[in-house]
Amino acid sequence: MAKFEVPVLTMSEEPARDIPEIQAGVMAHSRPFLAKPEHNKPLGFPDSLVDHWQEKALERMGSLLKRFRSLRVFLDSCVKCGACTDKCHYFLGTGDPKNMPVARQDLLRSVYRRYFTLPGQLFGPLVGANDLTQETLEEWYTYFHQCSQCRRCSVFCPYGIDTAEISMAARDIMDHVGYGQKYCNEIITKVHKIGNNLGLPGPALADTLMGLEEDVHDETGHDVKFPLDVEGADVLLITPSADFFAEPHVDGLVGYAKVFHQAGVSWTVSSYASEAANFGMFIGSYEQMYKVANRIRKAAYDLKVKRIVFGECGHAWRVAYSFLNTLAGPWDFLDKDYPVPQHIIEFTTDLIQRGGIKLDRSANENMVVTLHDSCNVARGARMGGVPGGQFTLPRTLLKACAPQYVDMHPDTINDKTFCCGGGGGLLTDDLMELRVKGAKPRVEALKNVMTQAGVTHIASLCAICKSQFTKILPYYDIEMDAVVSVHGLVSKAILLG
Amino acid sequence: MSFVTIAYAALFYVATVVFSVGLLNKVLQFASAPAPLKIPTMPAPLTRIGAAGRVTREVVLFESLFRSDKWLWIFAVLFHMGLLLVLLRHARYFLSPVWGVVWDAVVLIQPFGAYAAFAMLAGLLLLLVRRVVLARPRYITNPSDILLLILLLGIALSGIFMTFTVHTDIIALKQFFVSLFTFSFQELPTDFLLLVHLFCVAVLMIVFPFSKLLHVPGVFFSPTRAQCDNAREKRHVAAWAASMDAER
Repeated sequence: MAKFEVPVLTMSEEPARDIPEIQAGVMAHSRPFLAKPEHNKPLGFPDSLVDHWQEKALERMGSLLKRFRSLRVFLDSCVKCGACTDKCHYFLGTGDPKNMPVARQDLLRSVYRRYFTLPGQLFGPLVGANDLTQETLEEWYTYFHQCSQCRRCSVFCPYGIDTAEISMAARDIMDHVGYGQKYCNEIITKVHKIGNNLGLPGPALADTLMGLEEDVHDETGHDVKFPLDVEGADVLLITPSADFFAEPHVDGLVGYAKVFHQAGVSWTVSSYASEAANFGMFIGSYEQMYKVANRIRKAAYDLKVKRIVFGECGHAWRVAYSFLNTLAGPWDFLDKDYPVPQHIIEFTTDLIQRGGIKLDRSANENMVVTLHDSCNVARGARMGGVPGGQFTLPRTLLKACAPQYVDMHPDTINDKTFCCGGGGGLLTDDLMELRVKGAKPRVEALKNVMTQAGVTHIASLCAICKSQFTKILPYYDIEMDAVVSVHGLVSKAILLG
Repeated sequence: MSFVTIAYAALFYVATVVFSVGLLNKVLQFASAPAPLKIPTMPAPLTRIGAAGRVTREVVLFESLFRSDKWLWIFAVLFHMGLLLVLLRHARYFLSPVWGVVWDAVVLIQPFGAYAAFAMLAGLLLLLVRRVVLARPRYITNPSDILLLILLLGIALSGIFMTFTVHTDIIALKQFFVSLFTFSFQELPTDFLLLVHLFCVAVLMIVFPFSKLLHVPGVFFSPTRAQCDNAREKRHVAAWAASMDAER
C-alpha cells in the first residue's frame, strides 16, 4: 500500500515518551507540490520564483517583524534549551532532527540573525547566523511544510515560543517570492471564486442539501430542513464544506440539522460563505485570512441573520473564536445575547442543559468512544464560559450521547493533544508519507485504549482530523469507520418529535 | 591612576551603556510591535490580571518548563535561583549601608548568596554537560551557546574562588565601583581573579542585548503567555490593518 515504511507501533504505555533517535535528513525528500501561476495570481502572489528573490524575501521578513510582535519576540528569545525537541508529532514519527520545533524555527532564525542582528552580521555561524541561499529556501519549503501549526511545542516552551507563528511567517515570505504551496493556494483561490474549499457551486450544494432532507425524512419520518440562502433565518451555519460531502463529516451535519430542528431555531447555510475553513491562516497571510473571513460577514449581513454558529472544524474554530471579531467584526448588527460566533457544541450542550433536547444513549450502545482533541480547538480557542471549556464541553456531549466514554493517555489529550498529522495545510496526497508518520503518536495512544479499554470509535470535531484519520488509520490496521463526528453521535442519540 | 583602573573604568562605562541602551531598545521594539491576532496558548486566563499571573508563574516557577522536562527544570532552577541570590548579595558592593530595610535585606542575604554560588555553578555544569552529551540538545547547539555557558562559568568560578580562597581587597573594590558613579576614580585592586571576574561580567553585559539572553525581557512580551483570552468579545485591530476595513 505504501512506498514508505509505516512506523511500527511499540504499544508504549507512555505514547508521548516514545522518542526516536535522531536521523538527519530522513524527511528531506518530503515536500508538497509548488503552486503554479494559476494558484498564485488570484491571491496577488508572483507567478513563480522571482528575480532577486533574496532581497524580496528579506524585505518581506522585515515588514513581518514590524507587523507581528510574536515573530520578533520568538526569534529573539529562544535559548536552545531543547525542552521542545521531543514534543512535535512529526519528529516523534520521523526522527528527522529538523522536525524538532527549535531546529525548524532555526531555519528562519538563522537568516534573521544573519541579516537583522549585529552579532549575526559580524560573526555568522558562530552565533547561529546563516546566509539566505537557494539551499536555505529549499529547506524552508521542505520543513515549513512539515509543521501542522498545531502549537504543541508552544505549550512546553518556557517562553511560549510558538513554531506555528514562525512557519506561518516563513510560508508568507515564500508566497511573496513566488514559492508557495499548491494545495493551500489552490484552495484559497477556490474559496474566492466559488465560496468553499471543495469548489462545490451553489446548485450542487442545493442538490446535496435537498438529498439530505429526503434521506433524513426516509430514516426518521421527520421533516428536518437543510435550508440554503434563507433570508431572515435566526442562525447562519458556517461549516467546513467536507460536511456537505464525505463520511463521517456529513453525519455531523445531519446532527446539527436535527439539533436546530428540535430546538425550533431557524437556520440557513450560505452559498456565498459555504466554508468554515480559512486557509489564509495556514499560509500566514493576514490579507487572505481577512478576505476569507469577511465573506462570512457579508453573508451574515445579506441574509439578515441574528447569530452565527460554526460547525465542527478545528482551525476554523481558532480563526472564528480568536480572530473573527478582529478580522470581520464588529458584530453590532447581530443579536448581542449570544456570543459571536458560537460553536455548535456550545449550542447543543447549552440546549441539553436547558432541557431543549433529549438524548438517548442506547442509540450508541455498542460504541466505546474516545475524543481526539483537535489541536486548534484545544490550544487556539475556547468553548463555553470558562478556560478549558473546549475540553469539557465535547466530553460532556459525548457522554450524553454514548454509554461508554474513555480518554486516551493524559499526555496526549487536552492541551497536550497530538495533531492528527494532517493539519496546517498538509492534508494533501503529495505529503502522504509525512501524514502517516506524523500520526504515529496519536495512533499509538488510540491503539492503547482500543486494546486495553475496548475503545471502538474515535470522535473528532474537525474536518481535517476526520479526513486525515479515515485515510491514515487503515495504514495502522484500524478501520476507517472507527472515525466519527461528535454530532454524528448526537444525530443518532437525539430524540425527535 | 593605573592603566588597569582606567581600562576597567572605561570598560564598565561602555558595558553599562551598551547593556542599558541595547536592552531598552529591545524592550521598546517588543512593546511597540503590534499584536492584532490574539494567540495565547489555550487554555488561557480570561483577564489581564490572570495573564499577568501566568507570566509571573513562568518567571518565578518556570511552570511550562516543569511540564516539559523535569531534569532540565532542576538544572535551570539551580542556575537561575543561584544567580538571583548571588546578584542580590552583590548589592553590598554598590550600595551604602544607610538604606535601612534594603541594607538589612542585603546583610541578611550574604551567607545564602555565598553558597548559592555553588548551586549556580552546579546548574551551569549540568547544563553544559547535558548540551554536549545529549543528542537532541547537541544538534541544536551553536558555538555561541557553549561560549555563553563558559563565560558564565568563568564568572561563577572566579567569584567562588575570591569568596572562599583567594580574597581580593573588597573595600577597595567597592570604592572603585562607588567612585564610578561620581566620576572620582579610585584605584581598582589588580589581582588576577578579580580582573577575570570583572572582565567576564562586562562582556556578559555587552552581549546581553544581542544574544539569546533576550529571553529575559522576551518572556514578559511573549504573546502566547502574556495575552488573555478575550478575543471573541474584543476587537484588536492593528494600525497597519485598520485601512482594510474601509474597503470591505
